[in-house]
Amino acid sequence: MKKNNNSGSQKAWEQLQKRTNREISGKPVPEIRLGTATCGRASGALETLAAFREEITRSAPAARLLEVGCVGHCYAEPIAVVANPGFPPILYGPVTPGVARRLVRDFLGEGDPCLEFALGAVEENEKIPSVFELPRFRMEKKIILEHAGWIDPARGEEYLLRGGYRGLFRALGMDPRDVIREVKAAGLRGLGGAGFPAGEKWEICRAFPGKTKYVVGNGDEGDPGAFMDRALLESDPFSVLEGMTIAGYAVGSHRGFLYVRAEYPLALERARTAMESLRGLGLLGKNILNSGFDFEVELARGAGAFICGESTALAAALEGKRGMPRVRPPELAEKGLWGKPTLLNNLKTLAAAARILDQGSPWFRSLGTSRSKGTAVFSLAGKIHNTGLIEVPLGTTLREVVDTAGGGVPKKKALKAVQIGGPSGGCLPAGLADTPVDFDSLKEAGSIMGSGGMVILDEDDCMVRTARFFLDFIQKESCGKCAPCRIGTYQMLKILDGLTRGKGSDAEMKILEELALEVQQGSLCGLGKTAPNPVLSTLRYFREEYEAHYREGRCPARSCRDLIAFYIIPEKCSRACEVCVGACPVEAIAAGAKGIKVIDQEKCVKCGSCYQDCPIEFQAVIKVSPPKTGGK
Amino acid sequence: MKRIKLTIDGKKITARPGTMLLAAALSRGIWIPNLCFIPEAELPFGGCRLCWVEVEGEKDPVTACSRPVREGMAVRTRGQRAERLRKSAFELLLSRHHLDCRNCPKNKNCGLQEIAGRCGYPLKPGRFAREIPGLPVDDSHPKIIYDPNRCVLCGKCVWVCQTKREGVLDFSRRGLACRISTFADRPLGETRCGGCRQCVDICPVGALVRKK
Repeated sequence: MKKNNNSGSQKAWEQLQKRTNREISGKPVPEIRLGTATCGRASGALETLAAFREEITRSAPAARLLEVGCVGHCYAEPIAVVANPGFPPILYGPVTPGVARRLVRDFLGEGDPCLEFALGAVEENEKIPSVFELPRFRMEKKIILEHAGWIDPARGEEYLLRGGYRGLFRALGMDPRDVIREVKAAGLRGLGGAGFPAGEKWEICRAFPGKTKYVVGNGDEGDPGAFMDRALLESDPFSVLEGMTIAGYAVGSHRGFLYVRAEYPLALERARTAMESLRGLGLLGKNILNSGFDFEVELARGAGAFICGESTALAAALEGKRGMPRVRPPELAEKGLWGKPTLLNNLKTLAAAARILDQGSPWFRSLGTSRSKGTAVFSLAGKIHNTGLIEVPLGTTLREVVDTAGGGVPKKKALKAVQIGGPSGGCLPAGLADTPVDFDSLKEAGSIMGSGGMVILDEDDCMVRTARFFLDFIQKESCGKCAPCRIGTYQMLKILDGLTRGKGSDAEMKILEELALEVQQGSLCGLGKTAPNPVLSTLRYFREEYEAHYREGRCPARSCRDLIAFYIIPEKCSRACEVCVGACPVEAIAAGAKGIKVIDQEKCVKCGSCYQDCPIEFQAVIKVSPPKTGGK
Repeated sequence: MKRIKLTIDGKKITARPGTMLLAAALSRGIWIPNLCFIPEAELPFGGCRLCWVEVEGEKDPVTACSRPVREGMAVRTRGQRAERLRKSAFELLLSRHHLDCRNCPKNKNCGLQEIAGRCGYPLKPGRFAREIPGLPVDDSHPKIIYDPNRCVLCGKCVWVCQTKREGVLDFSRRGLACRISTFADRPLGETRCGGCRQCVDICPVGALVRKK
């Protein structure tokens, strides 16, 4: 136990520990923890929850059923951990309602752990293979997500039992300047995208005079394919709130705002419940841990604008104004919310700060690379086996992330590129798979760390279309304030639109490139400045793919609808089979002479249903690009 | 307070600490292209992206409206890198501007014409095809006509309306669709706009004009 100079909070802390420890003493009962975060619910966790509840009432009334967050293994959702006394806790997934009933009946009732549904035990033990034998568990290093998916996000006691709030307790016994020194010494960098040194930011904010200061937790995660902040808030809001409180203490603030996008209703609800729980424990509000320090957090719901992830736009939105970025200086640390010094950090940064205060900066520094310390959280999406949320030490290579943690690309397809950092990030080709994932290496390769969305692309993904997708997103989400972002991205989008339809010229390509650089340099805020990254990085690594589109009318990935066609090879088509005829939504396929099917190219909408549904023993449908030359 | 000394295009000037470059230059009669700058505003708007200058010792051009003056700073207003960004923003603005000077009430008194003239730019969208918003002109108000197709979204009318008057005007929508509008897009004539016409006076182009 760490000693605290402040005798008042020392006593309060000990009482709190006693109180929470009392909760677990007593006879152990079987316990089921089911992940019911948004990701779990999407896979049917609420049905599983109902099944558990029903079966527990029927055959194991002593068992406890708890709803927890997400352990990050989306591919295996719904996920449950069953702790049956006499066995190590075991992780199961996917737990369908049927599996749920069997776990209660057979495992809790009769002691058969049903290992056919298990991913592994979550503790090393003699009896049952543990999950740590799986490569993903071995390579992950969970700091920010340490408690996500294990604790009940509604009960602060559970967080305390796992070592939560030791960081704040320690901080409260330190001089605020030493707290900042500790964060600086740890080398923590902002995990919201740009990677600005967090300790320095805290220091700058502290240095500005003023009685009233604010701390803002930025949970306006909006990148397509990113869901780290959501999972964190739904699974473990306490880490974020502890980090905010520490930050408040460090910079001299007594009021924080937790800004969460409106599209995350469950995250908002769980954060609210968590805050109530913390207030009840004396860890939020007046006189925290009897230390004399007050810190109150208000939950703020975003209104659905991507731009409000930008700090000055977020501040404007919090003030009730239109979410539009403003020029800097002044930085928020000087003139933020209502003109007061304001510290704004990403939720993951705040959670990491809480761990640093608990475990000390040398421990944190031991993780990561020389210039990027600690871990990074990524959401793995796209063409990958094991989608989900991972946390790995900075400096892990892309290849390790994709192959080891993600289990590689499905259907034996080849990895083509990894899109990192969402609309502000870039596409790195498979050839750069050995790039270490850290702030500087990614920037050098033409991407950014961003908030941590990682979309895996395979050979069927067209890079022009990918760039177009992200640019379209940015163009729609641009606040409209400055000309390069509002109009420049639109002009770029028009050129990309043309390319996906096989139209374009060398001259247009030149304009695209020039304009991309002008938007990058000329935009007002970070959103505009990074908006061209998807285009610039794909141009850098996949230029020939761009050229194929307008020079040959060919989409090498056979993905752009206007540049492909489907044909049926008569020799392979079977007279007896009419699967494609049924699959076609527009009646473009009919049986011709001798029952061989033919696609009417005039009617075909290129949906690809026939291509997908043609039985594997025939594989008579082919997809070609350009459309004119193939098939015959 | 000690004044800060700096040079712009070789000309020595002084300015109060905390002044932005653009304000310092304009007050000394050194013209730097701009559309959205309001001298009395607390913070620069920074939206038109036209006031690019180069600061000696810095790699990238900066917008003069948002860069505070610094002792000994040497500034060039017409360097190549600054010109490139300025012309790009200018062309982009023109690609969304209904260019019909002959019938425009602001002809010969227009911010875009002034920049084209003084910078030697053709009054054309250059590399880009012109695509004007195609929105209806609002002439519902007895004193003001609002033509969104001429608007460059400099935000000056919003500032003046919100800080000095009823606050009828604001930005709405996102991306290319972003525009100046009233609450729920009601015609100006049906709002509480009293017709002070400060928005007309401050509009650098022909978007808000006096009804005769």
